[in-house]
Amino acid sequence: MKVHVPSALRSYTESSQTEASGATLDEVLMDLDRQYPGIRFRIIDEQQKVRRHIRIFVNGVSAELLSQTMHANDDVVIVQALSGG
Amino acid sequence: MPTTMLQVATRKGAWMFRADENRTTWTVDGPHFLGHIISHMVLDPRDKTTLLAAAKTGHLGPTIFRSVDMGATWKEAAQPPAFVKAPEGETGRAVDHTFWLTPAHGNEPDVWYAGTSPQGLFRSDDGGVTWTGFPSVNDDKQFREWMGSEKDGTPDGPKLHSINVDPRSPDHLYFGMSGGGVHESLDRGKTWRTLINGMEVPEGFGFDVTKPDFHDPHCLRMCPSNPDRIYQQNHSGIYRIDRPSDTWLRIGRNMPPAVGDIGFTMTVHPRDENTAWVFPMDGTQVWPRTSPDGKPAVYVTRNGGETWQRQDAGMPTQQAWWTVKRQAMCCDTHEAVGLYFGTTSGELWMSPDEGENWQCMARHLPEIYAIEALNL
Repeated sequence: MKVHVPSALRSYTESSQTEASGATLDEVLMDLDRQYPGIRFRIIDEQQKVRRHIRIFVNGVSAELLSQTMHANDDVVIVQALSGG
Repeated sequence: MPTTMLQVATRKGAWMFRADENRTTWTVDGPHFLGHIISHMVLDPRDKTTLLAAAKTGHLGPTIFRSVDMGATWKEAAQPPAFVKAPEGETGRAVDHTFWLTPAHGNEPDVWYAGTSPQGLFRSDDGGVTWTGFPSVNDDKQFREWMGSEKDGTPDGPKLHSINVDPRSPDHLYFGMSGGGVHESLDRGKTWRTLINGMEVPEGFGFDVTKPDFHDPHCLRMCPSNPDRIYQQNHSGIYRIDRPSDTWLRIGRNMPPAVGDIGFTMTVHPRDENTAWVFPMDGTQVWPRTSPDGKPAVYVTRNGGETWQRQDAGMPTQQAWWTVKRQAMCCDTHEAVGLYFGTTSGELWMSPDEGENWQCMARHLPEIYAIEALNL
């Protein structure tokens, strides 16, 4: 599935868009980390929570749980929250 | 003659300044990581090649960048410092940022230590690529009690800092916690003992001076010329300890009363255990954390803290309300020791003659968090 990456994470992907796969959102992010080591920790903390100023949307809907089921055609968007003024 | 390279970490990125042989002309390299909060950047004195930078941005989680070509290229750590996941149903801690980096003993060439906020101690055995926590600190019930909560540290989070490695033995370590006291290990971090005797705590609040919880060391510096001597700038004064004594002596009592002995930073002479420098700040009333009376100055002791002399030649004489954070003052190892500090207002100052005269090297940088100097 397509994963859209914010500018702050493009030092890892070198692209605004990449591909990842997995049966859950957690697995998709794990796959992303396999391809770009270290990227997941910038998004998800060690307590498995999405970091405070990061949002993840799946098909335009905010994803709240890493256990969310994913499908091959889903569209994932990782966003830096509009915070900080 | 060696040249000096400064590693400058700021709230908005990192810079390197490289001197000519006389330290009169400096070449600027930066910004690196523009927009990232860089708490500390350190060039490894063991190989003079590996650079680590502790970074985060306002949005992303923390990481450590690593370069082996003097900053021409950087790569993020594959496994930055992170706490252990808490058992289901319990609340665990998450590293907000790595605050402090220390290269380990000379006999352990790829080993580094890191201190984080909230307080955690980590070690890397592969030059900073992957990091592992010390359960003896991060998961220890007693240490966690001493660390307290988010309310028990500096405004941008409680910090583990000032990791000092005894050059005579890689087993012998010290660190400080703001807050949480000073701690020492003789077995490379397997076990720890507190070292707070003689340290004072803020008066008037009923704080128990025997409990590490209430102690706030800001900066610990081991003397390169005598690793048994450590200087400390604390929230409550300036101290010195001479091991094997376990009691700190408040040498800041000898500072001029109008200036006081509150500050963040301290640095020690590379070859003279009796010489150290502090940068006092206003710690009265609401703790303005500015230079006292708007008149910045470094104070030097040449006799282990018995007496102090003001050194401000070249600095502003009035209306200069900046200060210097705990990692933002250091010295080089030239025959005439060069001193350096970076200010909260983004100015970089240097003295080529052990503090006698000062000049501003750079202005208009972001708020400076840390400076390290290394002779190449």
